[in-house]
Amino acid sequence: MVEEISNRELSDIVQLVRTRYGYDFTDYAPASLKRRFVRFIGHVRLNSVRELLTRLENDPVFFRRMTQFITVNVTEMFRDPPFYRDMRELVLPRLASYPIIKIWHAGCATGEEVFSMVILLQEAGLLERCRIYATDLNAANLEKAGQAIIPLRYMKEYTQNYILAGGLQDFSNYYTARYDHAIISPALRKNIIFFQHNLVTDQVFNEFHLVCCRNVFIYFNRRLQDRVIGLFRESLAPLGYLALGLKESMMFTEERRHFEEVSDSSKIYRRKL
Amino acid sequence: MQVLPSIGMVAIGGSAGSLPVLVQLLNSLHQPLKWPVVIILHRLKNVQSELHNLLSAKIPITEPVDKEPVESRVYLAPQNYHLLIEEDRTFSLDYSEPLHFSRPSIDVSFFSAAAIYRRHALGILLSGANKDGAAGIQRIISHGGTGIVQQPDTALFSNMPQAALDLSPQVQAMTIDGITGYLNQLR
Ligand SMILES: C[S@@+](CC[C@H](N)C(=O)[O-])C[C@H]1O[C@@H](n2cnc3c(N)ncnc32)[C@H](O)[C@@H]1O
Repeated sequence: MVEEISNRELSDIVQLVRTRYGYDFTDYAPASLKRRFVRFIGHVRLNSVRELLTRLENDPVFFRRMTQFITVNVTEMFRDPPFYRDMRELVLPRLASYPIIKIWHAGCATGEEVFSMVILLQEAGLLERCRIYATDLNAANLEKAGQAIIPLRYMKEYTQNYILAGGLQDFSNYYTARYDHAIISPALRKNIIFFQHNLVTDQVFNEFHLVCCRNVFIYFNRRLQDRVIGLFRESLAPLGYLALGLKESMMFTEERRHFEEVSDSSKIYRRKL
Repeated sequence: MQVLPSIGMVAIGGSAGSLPVLVQLLNSLHQPLKWPVVIILHRLKNVQSELHNLLSAKIPITEPVDKEPVESRVYLAPQNYHLLIEEDRTFSLDYSEPLHFSRPSIDVSFFSAAAIYRRHALGILLSGANKDGAAGIQRIISHGGTGIVQQPDTALFSNMPQAALDLSPQVQAMTIDGITGYLNQLR
């Protein structure tokens, strides 16, 4: 059993993955990355980091399984209801002035956050004018997101979240229940495009009025956080909004001088002119 | 006489029945603190921490945000995240799956404190009805650090401290007064 991995072992894994597969985890926060690798080694019942390196070297399928496992894919609809309340009250009214509203969800996982956002936009009467780009590193996540199928047993909690977020409609209008799952209504999804984009290696691809990148930064070290905020700044129209996760802060980055705070508790910022 | 360890971090884990003793413990700590105190508490989802309400203004408690530097003050692990420590003495949050049905999990933070602070790590386990933290205390001890549990017969729920004692004989069992007395001598 592997309980811990050293810095040396971590850098061996990261280097192998980078040179062999082109995925760069160099600037991921070491503490949680190590923890993910330890968990994965236990999950696939290997006995050492050496064995892991050998499998990775020789088995691309195994590599894909590993990336799927180490990039944490946990997400929810209307996660952190107060955030969605602030979006509704502080941000959407401002976005309403644009003829076409462009939104980027970076690190969208299986889409739950995007589905929540389109519900808000629909209720604000803005959805028809929105173009929503939802990206993630992980192709398997994006495939699931495209199907918009959610296990029905989660819907009770999501309904509660929706109500706490200030939702006034009947939440079940937004999906169809089939057996043990729910499918988010296609009409809500027609302005969403899902595609693969790696925040570490890929570039700016459009200009946006709102970028949501929630609970992705926690996987990055400070240097990478700074770089990715730079990427978002370049992707934002002047006075465009940036939303991070509730426990992610711009406070410790160099980039913060380019932004002003819209809501500290919800971690919503706005690019300065 | 036993030589007192020099401390880099005090990590305290608690579950069912730990809140009152935790408050008692924190209130008796001498200020200003000489080391960071990190509290990992099992709580209900979407419920604001009762801890803030229970403590007087005497001791400020903050929930760290990601990459915040670790200072000599009291931190509470935020709900829904595991709390880790980096080598540069900043906090890192982790949103991966719960351990022992808990996020934050005590084991996860104790493992991290052990890896970073080694023999300068001190782990304390209070009342609780599960086994989270036992493996964490064991790890802290195997890295040369110190492990203390609330004496099981004084705990509202004894399973958690007992599990740690069963796993590691080097763990010291103390009453809450014993723990605060001990902490107040440390530097
Ligand atoms: C915890 S999920 C966050 C999902 C959603 N935003 C939320 O807050 O519920 C983190 C996501 O970040 C993605 N991710 C990790 N590293 C990335 C990178 N370098 N570029 C793009 N996405 C990345 C993972 O694949 C995962 O889907």
